[in-house]
Amino acid sequence: MTFKTAFLSLAIGCFLLLCWKGIAAHSEIPGPLDVLATAVEFLRDPLYDAGPNDKGIGILTAYSMARLLSGFTAASVCAVFFGVILGRNAVLFNAVNPYIQVLRAISPIAWMPLLLYTVKDSGITAFLVVFMASIWPTLANTAFGVANIRKDYLNVAEILQMGYWKKLFQVILPAAGPTIVAGLKISMGSAWVSIIPAEAMLGSLGLGYFVWNEWNNLSLTSVIFAIFTIGAVGVVIDAMFTRLSRRLSYTD
Amino acid sequence: MYPVPMLQVDHVSRNYNVAGSPEKFCVFENVSLKVDEGEFVTVVGHSGCGKSTLLNIIAGIDKSDTGCVLLRGKAVQGPGIDRMVVFQNFALMPWLTVYQNVRLSVEAAFPDWTEKQLDGHTRRYLEMVSLKGAENKRPAALSGGMRQRCGLARAFAANPPVMLLDEPFAQIDALTRGVIQDELIRMWNETRVTIFMVTHDVDEAILLSDRIILMSPGPGAVIAGTVDIPIERPRSRQSIIEDRRYYALRNDIIRFLENRQVEKTA
Repeated sequence: MTFKTAFLSLAIGCFLLLCWKGIAAHSEIPGPLDVLATAVEFLRDPLYDAGPNDKGIGILTAYSMARLLSGFTAASVCAVFFGVILGRNAVLFNAVNPYIQVLRAISPIAWMPLLLYTVKDSGITAFLVVFMASIWPTLANTAFGVANIRKDYLNVAEILQMGYWKKLFQVILPAAGPTIVAGLKISMGSAWVSIIPAEAMLGSLGLGYFVWNEWNNLSLTSVIFAIFTIGAVGVVIDAMFTRLSRRLSYTD
Repeated sequence: MYPVPMLQVDHVSRNYNVAGSPEKFCVFENVSLKVDEGEFVTVVGHSGCGKSTLLNIIAGIDKSDTGCVLLRGKAVQGPGIDRMVVFQNFALMPWLTVYQNVRLSVEAAFPDWTEKQLDGHTRRYLEMVSLKGAENKRPAALSGGMRQRCGLARAFAANPPVMLLDEPFAQIDALTRGVIQDELIRMWNETRVTIFMVTHDVDEAILLSDRIILMSPGPGAVIAGTVDIPIERPRSRQSIIEDRRYYALRNDIIRFLENRQVEKTA
């Protein structure tokens, strides 16, 4: 980041804070300083555990992350597996594609009542919501990436008479790697977006639950603090994927 | 008994479907040729005569409509490490380093070898093409010439009985091209692998080949003639232009190619 960009970015941040402060001065909404005080309070002891309904912000974040990672990992394994199959078979891909397009347009939250009714367990439902949120972008990107691998690389694999698994791990996945990681990144973003309302509605321990609980407590400073926490975690996750994609990227 | 040729192409034809028409577009038809063990044979023809398609059919990465390809008298089915290809556009794996690219083919060719053998063999061939020091670079960081050196190392390192060179120097700048051609001659002298090359560069063909096969322009290309190159080896770019037979050969071939082109367009 150049000095100019940093300066401009800082100026925009100050402007937003001032707007916030202005709105807060003329309404019931807590201002930046109130939220900062709450944040300091929460962050002083992020790991305290005072019973099932009263846990530190660190513990709540860990709950959300665990839910996120389990659902995301399961979905990603499935997405890459089926994505490779679809990417290698144009007929199958074209046959399945309309359904993928419909399914990916459905907000994973919309599945929740049906899932709850079917599995009758809020933990598994939350897992499945994350799963549904994170499978489609990776599936679509994997299929696209695999279908568009340069023919030369596959020809070389054929000439070297690689077996199926060797070809998969040494040619197909690395060749489609950047596209797959781009899909994983979108998936992770949409999973993180969907887990907050899922936790809020299901009352499963986590950041989403925290937001809703603090709303029920009519503690708006905590709600705003929770919003910032959600944003910050999202940014950290995204940065991790950016690093991963940089490692896997290649130029022809 | 006749000795079985190393490589034999027997009445191979290739047609393409024409979009929206039941008619077929014939690229070339009834191509038959033989390459003996240790021979360096080059097909020269205009672009569009299907010479690269012919090479791909021999490699097994394209299919012929009629005829077959025989390696030591046995029909080949699909691609194989016994016919390593050096590609015009290099076709190196861009996510692997130079070392890993060559190593990939060594592993494929010698699955029983120990780590030490694989590593030593890989490094020996990298050294042979003067890529020592660039082992850990990715192809994108290399010039075209360096990339094709890597492509040559990958092909030679597998010790295939036959190597197929698809316009290997077409994308390399003229000055580097000569250097790498000399390296190819040196490596071929050491290994005497059977080489089948296609090119449209007549000088390159004369410099490298024992025999040049001329293909008429497509569509419907056929083999139109064969020219033996009697210039003694070892050859170099310098020595062949001093050979008095060189210009006669070169003129003959170019005249042939140009006349055929005129006939077709007339």
